Amino acid sequence: MSSTTTHIEAHGLVKTYPPDTRALDGLSIAIAPGEVFGLLGPNGAGKSTAINILTTLARPDSGTATIAGHDVLRRPQRVRRAIGVVAQNSGADPLATGRDNLMLQGRLYGLGGTPLKQRVAELFERFGLTGAADRAVRTYSGGMRRRLDVALGLVHRPSALFLDEPTTGLDPEARAALWAEIARLSAEDGLTILLTTHYLEEADRLTDRLAIVDKGRVVVTGTADALKGELKGDAVRIELRDEPAAGLGDLAAEGLREVSLAGRLLSARADDGAAAVPGVLAALDRAGAPAASVTVARPSLDDVYLRHVGHRFDETNGSLS
Amino acid sequence: MIAHTWWMTHRQLKALLRQPGVLVITLIQPMVWLFLFGNLFQRVVELPGFGAGSYLDYLVPGVVVMNAVSSNMWSGMSAIDEIERGTLNRFLTTPVSRAALMNANVIVAALTTALQSAVIVLLGWAAGARYPGGVLGPVALVVLSVLLGTTFSALSHALGMTLRQRESVIGLSVFLLLPLTFLSTAFMAKSLMPGWMQGIAAGNPVDWALVAARGTLAADVDWGAALGRGGLLLGLAAVLVLLSTGTFRGYQKKV
Repeated sequence: MSSTTTHIEAHGLVKTYPPDTRALDGLSIAIAPGEVFGLLGPNGAGKSTAINILTTLARPDSGTATIAGHDVLRRPQRVRRAIGVVAQNSGADPLATGRDNLMLQGRLYGLGGTPLKQRVAELFERFGLTGAADRAVRTYSGGMRRRLDVALGLVHRPSALFLDEPTTGLDPEARAALWAEIARLSAEDGLTILLTTHYLEEADRLTDRLAIVDKGRVVVTGTADALKGELKGDAVRIELRDEPAAGLGDLAAEGLREVSLAGRLLSARADDGAAAVPGVLAALDRAGAPAASVTVARPSLDDVYLRHVGHRFDETNGSLS
Repeated sequence: MIAHTWWMTHRQLKALLRQPGVLVITLIQPMVWLFLFGNLFQRVVELPGFGAGSYLDYLVPGVVVMNAVSSNMWSGMSAIDEIERGTLNRFLTTPVSRAALMNANVIVAALTTALQSAVIVLLGWAAGARYPGGVLGPVALVVLSVLLGTTFSALSHALGMTLRQRESVIGLSVFLLLPLTFLSTAFMAKSLMPGWMQGIAAGNPVDWALVAARGTLAADVDWGAALGRGGLLLGLAAVLVLLSTGTFRGYQKKV
């Protein structure tokens, strides 16, 4: 029955869509109560499919999943009572008022009367929507709509909240406000939160732990800091003037490791990046591949991604670069 | 399930009431038909063998069933809207009764069709149409239009759920509405139709509704026609509601 160490657990989830799209290929995760856990990966990596299975919308071909100890396949109604879901399109009724939307959502969970009215008022207050509660949702800004979506997911006081790409399409200000709110949900309300994102910064800032998902599987799991810490040394990125015609010279002798080249962009690691740069630039000149610009940085999640997936993460469109 | 059915129905009715203009416009169309066809075909009753005294009396059931078909052919559009907007998936992640989601669609289609049909019957009466069979005729007409409306609403909904293309729903409506109404006794007495048309009309659910309705509207009620065709229509409505429920189950499996 109910496990005390995990609140959301998935084991070996496989899901294939006809004709032969393998959306999930053995995905496993285990999330502790009160944890904010991120699934990071580009579009098509399987994040949304994982959420659909965990929220009882889709059935896996094989594998198991439990939420708060309830099996999503055998006890979907119990799972539904335990979870709140904020999908990419949460589908608030645009013609109805914010209040109508929230009241209806509460009624679907069997709430009603004064307790529901109070809960709805409390949520409007909390999400700064009190003034807009009786306006049609179609008049809301993007940020307001997203906050209403989160409120819809919380009306029945779930213990686990699923956020599928919560800040996609929001302007930076609205995104920062939503981040603060999500952090508060975990800190003050003790909610277990599973969020998917294709923003590295979001995963870095918001999650206690994250899993990088690629081709329907988890390739690595850990805290953002631990994952970055595994990459010892600095990230060195050099943009070359032209794609190198011949080789790059002996860069290892200059202190570079894990050298990879994509077009004109050379990525590598060095124990002390700043000290290695002069020698590296000289070596590149000698090899006939002069540099146009150089950056040295502490390892980022992008570097973690590169290390585990084998190519860089392009978060502008969330697709493979 | 009953509470959920009520709340899902309430949601859709409230959405309709929020757009009173749409309700009025949906009633203007049958009014125009009543006026146009009423004037255009006024003198066809003089044709030998037509068998009715006033064309307006004959026309009211025709317009009622035509409206029931045309206004319910669009229900697939709202099904597509709710899928694309994410509303349906949001409901499916709550403990809402799955049956309630379907029940609400049927109930709302039935209620709006009943209301529209009643208004057309009353306006027809105000314009001079008479229903000699007493109150039974108009009530039966409204009930039959509800069965017909439910049938086409379920058909459109099933199509929207399965194909998820607005063009298909529009196409169904454009393709079926006129043939179904003109290959029936909506505007012309059966005896004056070409033989092949009479044959098609016999298998046309729109005509079943009309034959049954006219049977009860007449001074001398034709119970055989009313119950026979009414029963066929009830069976067809049940089959299409089941089909539509099946496509909803199919959707849940495909997510």
